[in-house]
Amino acid sequence: MAKPIHLKDHSKDAGIVRQRLLLAAAVVVLLLLALVARMYYLQVIQFEHHSTLSENNRVHVQPIPPSRGRIYDRNGVVLAENRPSFSLNITRERTPDVPATFALLKLLLELDDEEIERAQRRLMQSRRPFESIPVMFGLDDEQIARVGVNRFRLPGVEVQASFVRHYPLGEHFAHAVGYVGRINDKEMQRIDQVAYAGTHYIGKTGIEHFYEDLLHGKVGYEEVETNARGRVLRVLDRTDPVPGRDLTLHLDSRLQAVAEQALGKRRGAVIAIEPETGGVLAYVSQPGFDPNLFVTGISYADYGALRDSLDQPLFNRVLRGLYPPGSTIKQLIAIAGLDTGTVGRNNRVFDPGFFQLPNHSHKYRNWNRGGDGWVDMRRAIARSNDTYFYDLAHKLGIDRMHEYLTRFGLGTRVSLDMFEEAAGLMPSREWKRAARRQPWYPGETVITGIGQGYMLATPLQLAQSTALIANRGVWRRPRLMMHAEGVLPDESDTPDNIELKNPDDWNFITEALEDVMHAPHGTSRAAALGAPYRIAGKTGTAQVVAIAQGERYDSASLAERHRDHALYVGFAPADAPRVAVAVMVENGESGGRVAAPVARQLFDAWLLPEEEQIDEEEADEVTAEVQP
Amino acid sequence: MKSWASTRAITGGEKGLQRREPLWQRLHIDPWLLLLVLTLAGVASFVLYSASSMNMAMLYRQGAAYAVGIAVMIVIAQFQPRFMQRWVPFAYVGAVLLLVAVLLIGVQAKGAQRWLSIPGLMRFQPSEIMKLIMPMSVAWYLARRELPPNFKYVCFSLLIIGLPVLLILKQPDLGTSLLIASSGIFAILLAGLRWRYILGAAVLLVPAAVGMWFFGMHEYQKRRVLTFLNPESDPLGAGWNIIQSKAAIGSGGVLGKGWLQGTQSHLDFLPEGHTDFIIAALAEEFGMVGVCLLLVVYLLIVLRGLYIAQHAHDNFSKLLAGSVTLTFFVYVFVNIGMVSGLLPVVGVPLPLISYGGTSLVTLLAGFGILMSIHTHHKWMAQGR
Repeated sequence: MAKPIHLKDHSKDAGIVRQRLLLAAAVVVLLLLALVARMYYLQVIQFEHHSTLSENNRVHVQPIPPSRGRIYDRNGVVLAENRPSFSLNITRERTPDVPATFALLKLLLELDDEEIERAQRRLMQSRRPFESIPVMFGLDDEQIARVGVNRFRLPGVEVQASFVRHYPLGEHFAHAVGYVGRINDKEMQRIDQVAYAGTHYIGKTGIEHFYEDLLHGKVGYEEVETNARGRVLRVLDRTDPVPGRDLTLHLDSRLQAVAEQALGKRRGAVIAIEPETGGVLAYVSQPGFDPNLFVTGISYADYGALRDSLDQPLFNRVLRGLYPPGSTIKQLIAIAGLDTGTVGRNNRVFDPGFFQLPNHSHKYRNWNRGGDGWVDMRRAIARSNDTYFYDLAHKLGIDRMHEYLTRFGLGTRVSLDMFEEAAGLMPSREWKRAARRQPWYPGETVITGIGQGYMLATPLQLAQSTALIANRGVWRRPRLMMHAEGVLPDESDTPDNIELKNPDDWNFITEALEDVMHAPHGTSRAAALGAPYRIAGKTGTAQVVAIAQGERYDSASLAERHRDHALYVGFAPADAPRVAVAVMVENGESGGRVAAPVARQLFDAWLLPEEEQIDEEEADEVTAEVQP
Repeated sequence: MKSWASTRAITGGEKGLQRREPLWQRLHIDPWLLLLVLTLAGVASFVLYSASSMNMAMLYRQGAAYAVGIAVMIVIAQFQPRFMQRWVPFAYVGAVLLLVAVLLIGVQAKGAQRWLSIPGLMRFQPSEIMKLIMPMSVAWYLARRELPPNFKYVCFSLLIIGLPVLLILKQPDLGTSLLIASSGIFAILLAGLRWRYILGAAVLLVPAAVGMWFFGMHEYQKRRVLTFLNPESDPLGAGWNIIQSKAAIGSGGVLGKGWLQGTQSHLDFLPEGHTDFIIAALAEEFGMVGVCLLLVVYLLIVLRGLYIAQHAHDNFSKLLAGSVTLTFFVYVFVNIGMVSGLLPVVGVPLPLISYGGTSLVTLLAGFGILMSIHTHHKWMAQGR
């Protein structure tokens, strides 16, 4: 039968709903029966089981913290490990009178007010219900015995063996490896509380912070029965924790020691990179500090001493020390000059001892007041001639310098796995307009050519720019970690390689840098004396106090801390680079005399077999034999 | 088509118009529902007193919430279903706008942004209002279509449901969005959604979920889903509550440990013992007998609600009453299911027993709708 008009049939519709309502009633009854069945299962069939758990005993889930991954250097020397230690734990729920308990502990363990206050502060930190909190660490046998004897007077207090982070090499790797410390309230908000149940430490700086996820591992737990006083009676179920991964770093503790010895008592930074891999072989920021102090909580006195020291031991100079790079970027300016076609290799500039912008009277001085006469690029690098680079900078302009130097990592974060790296500053017109609300002046371009002015770089950036030359422009971000039991560092964010229009320019610049070290007119020839391999390097000084026009630099009149910083960058062997180095000696004055010899000792230590390493007196004889 | 509909409806049951109605009907109160609600209020006060460790202040606050809720219920019962039907579309738009406002300018608490604050006056949760608006909206939409709804109408109904549910999921509030979604879906199911659609949805969902699992999810997301589905795999986090509540329920046995004698709840082993997990405290102290009696009360409420739906005079009222009632049952089933370890843990309170005023008032407002539908017999015509 045809349907002429589509009509809404209310009785049919109501019937449909009625049917569905009946169906719903049936489903409701069925589901309620399912709930009854579940109750029957829990309350009748499993009654005995739950009754035992609940009435006489209490079920507890105790977290078993994973053991943190260890950290090794490339030769398997332990840089960070976990040491068993006895701690005094308090469970707040089981301690009826907390102040009285602390008073008794103070008496028993002969503690002073500060120690008690620190312990009380630790107890206040956020935690899960019934979680026991370690409030004192490193208990000795006598203290353990005293707590044990008085146990009945100390409800909720127990002595527990646990693992505490330990850095066997102490201050030598404090800045590179970092340290762990107690989880603070801010970190508590950020972390997955379950994953950190039972763990009281977290990586605060350095590798410990950066690879926290790898090092931490996965928490385990056991379901235990405890009596009303919290003593464990029986373990019902246990899931083992998964320990964190062990990290192997590129660092070489032997090379690290050489670098520290070479630096001596001076403040400064040394960083050595394997250009091919980007692996950091040595990472020294001096003075250092003992990271072990921070693990269980540093005392006010110790922290105050570190913080207020004029030498700034907590300051990571490798990563966060910002210095005007000075002459150590001249080779980069030279590359920019060649690659843009602004100058040729043989273009010469006459140096009367200063440079003047057209129509300006200001004299930009060469460090060699008398002037070097006619210089070409190769000689300008070897002599570190300022006038040549003032002129080249002027010809290049700030825009092109900014472009090239940024590609070499200046003004950017270069590291792959270092925590809190400073980006430094590679100035540009845009930067100056935004930061200073001023246009860019030509004079600022001129001094940028010798690494002065606004430009700031970290020792790590200088080392990386040098490694890039050694590596012919191929980018490998400097990284500390070699692997973590098969996990490799994440390379996904590697910058584009630097490709020069004429790849032979790499060789040319390297030869110029070799002249610095080996030519009779090189600024650092003393540091390369007797080396059985070729070094390519560049010296520099970073001004601390600007010199007013016409005033002569007189180091004697400046306080020691106002003297120039000595800089050196270089790599060796020049033809097949195996290590690139940056050295910064605070107030060291001369790159050639102070910083370069430090680098030389590193080159020797890394390139020569141990038995062939020579001290300076023997150098001349050996050179005669080795060199062709 | 619409005018035809109204003439047809007028022909039915006008006899009662002149006759004097019983007192309950004139007050627009359903005595059966009221009695059952008061029974639950009595149960709640006993259980809450014990589960809150004899906290009288808490009991007074809950009593006040009950008073407010019953007043709201009676007030809502005075409105004719026709009035609700007329204003639903506007109410829906308004409630959705409020939900958007929550995401934009809402107040944050405990990691979720669920509240709107009127400075100096009050804070309220627009998602609670949506709990009432949602079944009305879908019922309003479907009641004026031919049943069972065709594909187009089903899709549009799902759109009506999906928009607020997504907004509430973003807050995030899984429990509430689940309840609101189910209230809308119940209306569609009651409207006679064809079995082939139901089967089709199931057939489509399974491969979609499997595909998501293997291709669309990160490892940590998978882990989160697994813990959600099986909280006992995470005894330090979500599983802690379940382990403890199962021990509380199980140790109650058939007759229970007796009022105020529950050790699990009294020694603070049972988290949320007076709110979402209150059934565990009840089961511990009153045993399986107590739980079954409570379930009987719930069953009577649901059956009364379905009876009201069955006898409602038009499809809007039928769908609305049925969906409100079944949503109430979802509270019961999901709450007891999760506390006893049958279902994943979502934040759904035990209706009319758990401590907390907001959900109590909303639930009683829902009962007000049921009473309105049952007592306004004069209303015959379909709304325009």
